[in-house]
Amino acid sequence: MKTVELTCIVCPMGCALTVTQNEDGSVLSVKGNTCPRGAEYAKAEVQHPTRTLTTTVKTASGKPIPVKTDRPIPKEHLFDAMKKINSLRIDPPVEIGSVLMEDLYGANLIATADVGGI
Amino acid sequence: MEQNRKKLVIIGAGPAGLAAAIAAYDSGEKDILILERDDAPGGILRQCIHNGFGLHRFGEELTGPEYAHRYVREAAERNIEILTRTMVLSVSREKVITAMNDEKGVFELQADAVILAMGCRERPRGALNIPGARPAGIFTAGTAQKYVNMQGYMPGKEIVILGSGDIGLIMARRMTLEGAHVKAVCELMPYSGGLNRNIVQCLQDFDIPLLLSHTVSKIHGDTRLTGVSIAEVDEHLCVKPETEQYIPCDTLLLSCGLLPENELTKGASIPLDRITGGATVNEKRQTELPGVFACGNVLHVHDLVDFVSEEAALAGKSAAEYIRSNTDKTKNANIPLTACGCVRYTVPQRIDGIDAPVRVFFRVGKVVDRAVLTVSDGETVLMTKKKRRMTPGEMESFEIPASVLQKAVGTLSVSVVSEEKSE
Repeated sequence: MKTVELTCIVCPMGCALTVTQNEDGSVLSVKGNTCPRGAEYAKAEVQHPTRTLTTTVKTASGKPIPVKTDRPIPKEHLFDAMKKINSLRIDPPVEIGSVLMEDLYGANLIATADVGGI
Repeated sequence: MEQNRKKLVIIGAGPAGLAAAIAAYDSGEKDILILERDDAPGGILRQCIHNGFGLHRFGEELTGPEYAHRYVREAAERNIEILTRTMVLSVSREKVITAMNDEKGVFELQADAVILAMGCRERPRGALNIPGARPAGIFTAGTAQKYVNMQGYMPGKEIVILGSGDIGLIMARRMTLEGAHVKAVCELMPYSGGLNRNIVQCLQDFDIPLLLSHTVSKIHGDTRLTGVSIAEVDEHLCVKPETEQYIPCDTLLLSCGLLPENELTKGASIPLDRITGGATVNEKRQTELPGVFACGNVLHVHDLVDFVSEEAALAGKSAAEYIRSNTDKTKNANIPLTACGCVRYTVPQRIDGIDAPVRVFFRVGKVVDRAVLTVSDGETVLMTKKKRRMTPGEMESFEIPASVLQKAVGTLSVSVVSEEKSE
């Protein structure tokens, strides 16, 4: 059994949550939440924490293109994903929404702005 | 000097200026010009590449550039003219705008109505009085954000951040993802000014310590920053010298508050609110100079761009109505609102029309649990509203029904107390 302390981010209350987990990772109890959404957040956060990654991709001109993963990726892969994205070079023009890299830990990397040619 | 006429001139093509222009157009005013000093519309959203924008407005999470793109596209669809790389030098009380750019030189525009949408800027080091040397390596968080996200430069490797405003928190994560080491975020107050979500996802995710009631007490370095001394502060926010410790670092980022950029407003002698730093306005966002409106962060600093868009749309619609009627047709009930107790300010500061409900925005000066909001008129309580918690970091709002406004005599006081204390 182990316990994890979290701050709930579902609403501005910011409840301090205590999550107790079994050895296999399943959630035994959530304490400190003042609504059911807090318990849901806590379960997801200790079992499969994911984040949408937003960063930039380099171009030949040096002006970066803003990008994001089109869905959240596992939190533990954020730095690996950054490494892959930083090795990428894209030449503008790039249209907003276009896919710049496929299958990045289960997501596509897409441009979040129109970037004109040099 | 070239002089032209435009029905509506909007200063600033950030989220406020764009939303105001679109709303004015949709309310029937087609003769619109937006003046923008940057080389493209979108304002600060262009460098806010993180997500979390648009949840209220669009029901989905967008990044800053994506949110801006929607408004830029809508403005383009309406053929709204935007002059970029154009700096406005002054606005006169007769609504003559003096501006310049590299194509036209200095030029003047006579407007029927003006919308001020210049946004805000960051409180700089010079306004913080941090003792010590003046080496390179000290940036406001937003400047660092522009370097990293728009120009592709990293300002440093070993970072300390002073202030836990949202931009500072966002930059802590951004610099960490790009390989920098963020050693600490110091916050003078005993609570963070940033959103909970950002404290969790920008600091806790990366084990970056948030030191509350701490400040930078000295800056070290000759040509480049070599380190900072940080220290705890007491309840009067004074440094406790015995707690001082040295942190080696090459970069200090400042996220210590935002100031509405009202030089043009002051130049037109438009009265400002001492607390918000923006103009005092009525429920239509009209300043005390008829025909001049203000919206977005130039009026009061918002937490969420969604509310900027909403406020700007109101200002745009009001400006179109003003041009059409060419007078301020509201009955001018002129009911002043005053902020009392924990309520630091209200926007609007006065209500002129009493035929429709009015939404009032405000901030509290400290964390209030089991908050009770009261609107009263002298001794008479006109309405109350409860909320579990109010914090200085989140803008609050409530609606005053028209029936209450029609009953009001004299000044309306808006106050918030904790239920626990009042019992």
